[in-house]
Amino acid sequence: MSTPLTRPQIAWRIAQDIADGNYVNLGIGAPEMVANHIPEDREIVFHSENGILGMGPVPGEGYEDPDLINAGKKPVTLLSGGAYFNHSDSFAMIRGGHLDLCVLGAFQVSAKGDLANWATLDRSKPPGVGGAMDLALGAKRVAVMTDHCTKSGEPKLLEECTYPLTGAGVVDRVYTDLAVIEVTKDGFLVREVLAGLSREELQAKTGALLAFADDCGELTAAAV
Amino acid sequence: MLQGAKELTIVSNNAGEGEFGLAKLMKTGAIRKVICTYPRSAGSVVFEDLYEQGKIELEVVPQGTLSERMRAAGAGIGGFYTPTSAGTLLGEGKETREFDGRVHVLEQPLKGDVALVKARLADRWGNLTYNKSARNFGPVMAMAADLTIAQVDQFVELGELDPEMIITPGLFVDRVVEVG
Repeated sequence: MSTPLTRPQIAWRIAQDIADGNYVNLGIGAPEMVANHIPEDREIVFHSENGILGMGPVPGEGYEDPDLINAGKKPVTLLSGGAYFNHSDSFAMIRGGHLDLCVLGAFQVSAKGDLANWATLDRSKPPGVGGAMDLALGAKRVAVMTDHCTKSGEPKLLEECTYPLTGAGVVDRVYTDLAVIEVTKDGFLVREVLAGLSREELQAKTGALLAFADDCGELTAAAV
Repeated sequence: MLQGAKELTIVSNNAGEGEFGLAKLMKTGAIRKVICTYPRSAGSVVFEDLYEQGKIELEVVPQGTLSERMRAAGAGIGGFYTPTSAGTLLGEGKETREFDGRVHVLEQPLKGDVALVKARLADRWGNLTYNKSARNFGPVMAMAADLTIAQVDQFVELGELDPEMIITPGLFVDRVVEVG
């Protein structure tokens, strides 16, 4: 079996599917890497919850501006054509269905497209939701970027989520280190599988029944 | 902090960091409740300690709902329905209604007694401009409180702000403090 995709490789794979001209929000954390791998011939406009459209890359050392940060509070830049706006307008963009795509991380995804990514069952720590629920419900398409299993090997793709939901029936596509899987009305439909990983092996690592597309291909990624 | 107000309810995106600003106020025990979207950020140690000891209440609100609740308060709207949080823990116990086949929850306006807003420039009428992504919740908080106090980098004369650049009209602002 080929080596499972690294995080940057999953990000690369997601980036290949983003259409030219799309308005896209990347969740805080690993999904932010997607911005590094957009094919050069595509113009994508990135949105940040705190009020930026046309967000650019991390500034060079010494050029950071504490008043120009992304939703994860990291310094960013603004591209030509970019705009600033207040929170209310920013979430009108999200909740009003104006974003083409958001990419979010996940604790769990169900075969019905339910997403759990904001709270675990550990009640001793205060939960935080941020803009996750707004993004999950509001974006036209929701892609999930995640490892296929947890660090201890438990499947994250399940029949039903056991963690508190972020949104019900919201996920369109899941990109993992082992596969690209679409959520359809009939459940998970595998579009691509890592080379050398059998369908049975992928099924064994998944907590819900998988169907395989007729044209199911090999999951490959650039050496990034 | 010096004027000694107690039993405060704070509305903020996060629950403070380090031991300055909001966290410093929290440490004095003056805050009873925090309404925020994401209490656990890097360095939110004061809040986490108080929360573990059960000494502070927490209401977690989705970020867009928080913003819209303040906007509603500022715009005189009695409440609104949104699909965000429907069918989740945060939507539990809320009145629901279906629009276009989609379940929405009823959310209430969120009004403040005092709003503290950071802006870039202000004039004598309280007109405000902001700087980059630091605009943030500023404009919506400014309209949602009885007393809005703006902290600004610089105070300018009337007429110096291009009217097309003014983001928060002075009507929403009661006091301006220049901090440079």
